[in-house]
Parts: sequence; structure tokens; C-alpha cells
Amino acid sequence: MNNLRGIYIIWYRDLLRFWRDKARLVTTFVMPFLFLVVFGTGIASSMMRGSGGSDFDYIQFIYPGIIGMVVLFTSMMTGVSLVWDREFGFLKEVLVAPISRTAVAIGKALGGATIATIQGLIMLVFIPFAHVSPSIGGIITLIAVMFVFALSLTSMGILIASRIKTIEAFGMVAPLMLFPLFFLSPAMFPTQYLPAWLGIVVKFNPVSYGIDAMRQAVLGSQQSAMFGIHLFGFRMPIILDVVVVVMFGIIMGTLAIRAFRIQE
Amino acid sequence: MTKIIEVEHLVKKFGDLVAVDDISFAVEEGEIFGFLGPNGAGKTTTINILCTLMKPTSGRATLNGFDVIRQQNQVRHSLGLVFQDPSLDIRLTALQNLKFHAFVYNIPGAVAKRRIEEILRMVELWDRRKDEVRNYSGGMRRRLEIARGLLHYPKVLFLDEPTLGLDPQTRNHIWEYMLELRKRENITVFLTTHYMDEATVADRIAIIDYGKIIALDTPDALKSMVGGDIVTLKTENAEAAVVEIHDKYNIEAQYDGAEVFFEIQKGEEFIPTLVNNFKSGLQSISVRRPTLDDVFMKLTGREIREETGGPTVMMKQWAMRQTRGGGGRFR
Repeated sequence: MNNLRGIYIIWYRDLLRFWRDKARLVTTFVMPFLFLVVFGTGIASSMMRGSGGSDFDYIQFIYPGIIGMVVLFTSMMTGVSLVWDREFGFLKEVLVAPISRTAVAIGKALGGATIATIQGLIMLVFIPFAHVSPSIGGIITLIAVMFVFALSLTSMGILIASRIKTIEAFGMVAPLMLFPLFFLSPAMFPTQYLPAWLGIVVKFNPVSYGIDAMRQAVLGSQQSAMFGIHLFGFRMPIILDVVVVVMFGIIMGTLAIRAFRIQE
Repeated sequence: MTKIIEVEHLVKKFGDLVAVDDISFAVEEGEIFGFLGPNGAGKTTTINILCTLMKPTSGRATLNGFDVIRQQNQVRHSLGLVFQDPSLDIRLTALQNLKFHAFVYNIPGAVAKRRIEEILRMVELWDRRKDEVRNYSGGMRRRLEIARGLLHYPKVLFLDEPTLGLDPQTRNHIWEYMLELRKRENITVFLTTHYMDEATVADRIAIIDYGKIIALDTPDALKSMVGGDIVTLKTENAEAAVVEIHDKYNIEAQYDGAEVFFEIQKGEEFIPTLVNNFKSGLQSISVRRPTLDDVFMKLTGREIREETGGPTVMMKQWAMRQTRGGGGRFR
């Protein structure tokens, strides 16, 4: 019972901080806008020229990838916030409180995942630019996928933050994790035309499945949904994508709780 | 009386460094127990072990009857902490910080509301309760932390250098409240400090140096370890003064690079005799009652303050000692 209270209050504090930090909400729009409208238009127009016109709608394709990017990067902020809490001493207040460290880690992961999901949802304002028309069911699926995906990533953030204890070091390591996870996924390009070596790396990246699931949820039967991950010659259905993400989440969550418990 | 804290053969090593070196002591319920020693003596490490933030290398400790290693949750419920370093969420308001604390410590909503107001008024932050803590000055943050540590009426309140950087008025105010709360709620206070005058509020004081407890007694008993009043002189020729005092009165005076000093019973009565025919160029002379500083000096041969070093610092300390009101002063 006490642990539930603990999880709740840790989660609540992170949301409270998020709500108070409105500047963060505004800056959230900048990168996705640049990627979708500028980068997307640029690549799409040069692709048209190269292939002499094609049915492949690049902007439609990368839109779910950009939502995935937002969720990925926002989730990693949970790790950052943990390192900040340590630096500013607030973590001590939490660690000496009568709530178990497991509850603290879970509350933190849930808080970060909630924020990342909200940030992802905000990306729906770009729908008019993205040539997509998701169904209500698709959006509900998207929210669920985003949350599960975010939870596995915030767990990973907590795991890293339990080991890397200074802001400076975390600032070095986080991009080294994030950019490979992002670029070695189907977020920005279809994967079935990749050279074999790159295609294999993409398939070993758990983030790929999260983004693929989000793409299938947003695009539904729209054409770009066809470009997805193929394992053993079969197109991954959304449900299997989610299973991979959940498994990744369970591993990360377990490791994160363990790492968080043993730190002094 | 029950023992609220019991520590037996506690050891904490960090690699080769022995931060806490086999200490044992007990604290009675309702007592104010002081831990006095220079920075790096092992005070904070001991507190961290007692409040479950660190595991000892060996030895055992109980708090409120609970083992600090095996019954962490019960221990944590029994204690409140004011850390040496800040531990507030500076992005939240004072009120939000306290509400968070009240929730975590399971204080029912209505009680929490009343106590938060009471305590914020006590530390004079009620008017600023809706400001983000990052806009607070250092002293205000300190006050808020103390308020937070008291909010759940802990059985034991740990204060790690609690009033560092506070002005004397606020310090007195906070102490008044803590002493009253102690009476009302029977709170035990465990205090670490290197402020001498703060340590004297303690019922008993443990003096700690290099991880070991070198003395443990009431402040008065500790002071009586020093053999009388302290007479301090500034002279033109310190070495000559030491020899002169020895030859004339058979007293072993010491010279610490800035001042010559010695202990003597009834110092005020001795000064006229000394001054009357002093040959080594007397510049100033003072006499004062022994302080815990002197006790520490007596036990270790060093001053307790870490800054002790250059003559200027010593001069400053000397001047501070005078203004804090030791005794008469002649020029």
C-alpha cells in the first residue's frame, strides 16, 4: 500500500514539474516541425526527381517515425531528470523516505513514460501536414503503443542514470545511445531495400519494433504502412511488434530496478 | 530511559580510507546529542549509516529499536533529516515540497495542512510559500529544509550542520522551536556541527576526530577537562614571552604562530600580576572561560575549524572569539 503511494507521488511530482516547465512544451514543436516539413519535403522532392515519380509518400512515411523520435528523446529525459535530482540533492530526500527504491524506480519510469506519451500525442497537431488520416481506433492503439514503448525507454534511462552519475557524463553518453537507436531504425527510411549488414542491425534494434508498431497504428491500411520490418520473410504484424517492445521493456525494467536498488 | 540509538563497533571504509573507525555509543530518548568534530572526521558518514543511506563495512546500529541494515523501512519512518547539502526540489514551490514530504510520510491531509502552515510560519516562509524554491536565498532554503525535516514529527531528527549560513536571529528562532517541539513530541535530536556555541545546546557531546570518538560527555564535563581559564597574549617577542612565563610562574605556555596562550585557574586575578612586570613587549591580553574549541585543542592539539591555517585566519578567529564574549580584554 505504501509502495503504491510512493509510486504515485514520484509519478505526480514528475508530471507537476513537467506542467510547470511550459517552455519545454513549446520547444517540443521545433525539431519535429523541421524534420517533417523541411527535411521531409526536401527528401521527398528529390526522391520524386530520382525515381521519376512514385507512389511512395515520404512525408506520410516519416510522420510516425518522427512521433517515435519524440517519444524516444523525451523518454531519455527521465534519465536526465534522475541525474539532476542526484546533483541537486533531491534524490537524497527520496532515498531516505520510507518508500522502497523499487517504488521510486517504477514511479520515475511511469512518470517519464506519461510525459513522453503526452509529448507524442502533441505531435498529432501535425496531422494536416503529414498526409495521414488515422482512425480513432488507430489513435487509441498509437497511445497504448507509445506508452509501452516509452516505458521500456524510460527504464533504460533509469538504468543508465543509476550507473552514470554526473550531468556531464550523462550528456556525453545519452546521445551516443540515442542517435544509433534512432538512425538504426525504420524511423526515417524503409528497411527492406537496405544492404544486408544494415538491415540486420536494424532488426536487432528494439526501437525498430516500437516505431514500426506506431507506424502501423497511425497509417492503418494507408500505402506507406507496407514498408515495415520483415522477419523470416513475413511482414511483422503490429501485435508481434508490441510483444518485442514489451519484452525489451521487461528486461530494461528489471535491470533498472536492480541497478537503482544497489546504488548507494 | 530508553536508548533510541545504539551503535556498536561501527566501521565504514572507503577503499583505504577509514571514515568511521570502530565507534560505539548510545543516545537516550529525548536527548539532544551532539557530534562535534572537524570536517572529514566521519560525522556525515555516521549519519548516512544511521539513516540507511549507506551500509557499514562492519558493526551494527539500531534506531528506535530497528536495525538500520535489515529494517530500513521502519528506520526511515522513525527519522527526519536535515542534510548538510541542499535536498529540495528547487523547481517546485515551498508548499509543493512540503506536500510531497507529507504524502511520502503518510501524514493525513488535514493534519498535513495544519502542520505545514504552522511550520512555514515558524520559519517565516508562509508569505513566500507559493514561490519556486530556486528563487529563494540560501538562508531561506535552509529554513525550508529544517521545516521539512520536522514536518512528520520524527522520533529522531538528524541535523547535519543545520544552521550553517544562517543569521544568528534565525538560528535562535529555529532552536527555540526545536526545543519546544522536543518537549512536546519527545523528539530526539542528533546534531553534527563544528559551531561550538551550537554544540552547547546538546545534553551530551561526542567529540569525533579521524573517525574515532575521543570524548563523550556533557558540555560542562568536557569543558572541565581544560584546566581553568584560557589566557591569550600577543607580544612583540613570543618565544621570549613563553620563556618568561615559564621562569616566573612555572607555567607551560604555548605559541601557535600568532598568539601565546596558557591555562590557569582564576585567570582574571592572575592578569594584573602578569601585566605588572611583563618584559617581553605585551601588546594585548585576554582571558576567557574554556570553550569546546579548547577541549578539542586539548584532546588533539589542533583547532577544530578546518580553515585553520594562515595567521590571518587565526587572527580572525581570535577576533571572533573576543566578540562572542569570552572575558575581559586589556590593551
